[in-house]
Amino acid sequence: MNVQKNGTKKGMIVSPIENGTVIDHLPPGRAVRIARMLGLTEGAVVIIGQNLKSTKYGRKDLIKVENRFLTDEECSRIALFAPNATVNIIRDSELVEKRKVSIPDVVEGIAICSNANCITNKEPVPTRMVTVSRSPVVIACYYCGYEVKAEDLRLRG
Amino acid sequence: MDFLNRDIVSIKDLTREDLDKVFGTARRMERDGYDRGLLRGKRVSLLFYEPSTRTRLSFQAAAQSLGADTIWFAGIEGTSVMKGETLKDTIETVSNYADAIVVRHPYDGAARWAAEITTRRAERGEKKVPVINGGDGRNEHPTQTMLDLYTMAQSQGRIGGLTIAMVGDLKYGRTVHSLAYALGMYGCRIRLVAPEQLQMPPHVLSYLASRGVECTLHTSIEEVIGEVDILYMTRIQKERFPDENEYNRVRGMYRVTRKMLQPAKPTMRVMHPLPRVDEVSVDVDDDPRSYYFKQAGNGVPIRAALLAMVLGGIS
Ligand SMILES: [Zn+2]
Repeated sequence: MNVQKNGTKKGMIVSPIENGTVIDHLPPGRAVRIARMLGLTEGAVVIIGQNLKSTKYGRKDLIKVENRFLTDEECSRIALFAPNATVNIIRDSELVEKRKVSIPDVVEGIAICSNANCITNKEPVPTRMVTVSRSPVVIACYYCGYEVKAEDLRLRG
Repeated sequence: MDFLNRDIVSIKDLTREDLDKVFGTARRMERDGYDRGLLRGKRVSLLFYEPSTRTRLSFQAAAQSLGADTIWFAGIEGTSVMKGETLKDTIETVSNYADAIVVRHPYDGAARWAAEITTRRAERGEKKVPVINGGDGRNEHPTQTMLDLYTMAQSQGRIGGLTIAMVGDLKYGRTVHSLAYALGMYGCRIRLVAPEQLQMPPHVLSYLASRGVECTLHTSIEEVIGEVDILYMTRIQKERFPDENEYNRVRGMYRVTRKMLQPAKPTMRVMHPLPRVDEVSVDVDDDPRSYYFKQAGNGVPIRAALLAMVLGGIS
């Protein structure tokens, strides 16, 4: 495969970055949501590619963010919405690390329980979601047991 | 697992061995009588954010018959909850003067949250106050399930292998959710009888499927009455329906009369968590197969057993 140093394909419309993270192989249409979830939309230089051609998946989204390096916890949150994502860490224009994401056992604070009658939607209680199945990815509220598919998980903010 | 200071929030937190332990204790208490010295000096707090007759009274009777004090409110009228106090603050406060807390609350997950609050207190060095779920929103009602299982064992001599029909509002009824989870543990066959819009929620069905429980969906009682050992009736809640005609049509569909019991086994028993409206006709009361009042009575030994076990009166 014709791959540049920073892990993106030659001839792509999005330009390479010197330092930062490339989150690749996101399902089409998910990039903005994932960028928002990771708080990438405030301040940092972010390039979002949508509906790009992908040899593996037909179409894909992609996020490039400058001078930001994702933690393991952030990578596992990405997995909820994009289980096939790859996270490429770029330093001095070199691809220094390529990570596969994996679905977390517990997601705390960031999600909203879809059950309107749940205590977490009625009183100031931080949410806690537990992964109950990995394929398909199903997430349950720790408090009320209400289950949703990962792609239907709603986020705070 | 040891019961001392244990929270009883979801029936899924308990194993079959745990449940059998509770039933064994309840049976001994019924046989030998209640020991008034068992929980002397202990105080049980009953926080009932929603009205309840049976659950609160039977918890209170259970606590008192073992010598424990009770402090309680029923309905939030006149409490600090009316002034906007959060559940967290109420639990933090009451934990200072109770050895166990029974909570009934309108919101799903409230009991789990309450249990977490008293656990965090224990991590701060305070004593752990066990929380017992007396019904949380539309979620679960584990002590009702315990008494239901106890009643099934009492009337049929066993739980495993029974065929149980649950009828009525299976979508919003918390008692049937907890019961379905538990029957899954015992290897029962389950028949779910409900109008389509009130069938068992998908997450309960998928839980049963994952445990390999034989479970079928039906729309009329007649389809299942001949084969079942237990006919578990529930009330259809009027407030769930967008229009009254729809409610009346559905309500009429699930009304058991004495005549309808004709094809049923002589050993079959009709259960109901009560209160009933008219889904079980009064003429069923005199049929030897009716068992719901006996079932309601079992609330005391089950709740006494549980209180004794979590408060360390019985190990
Ligand atoms: Zn919830």
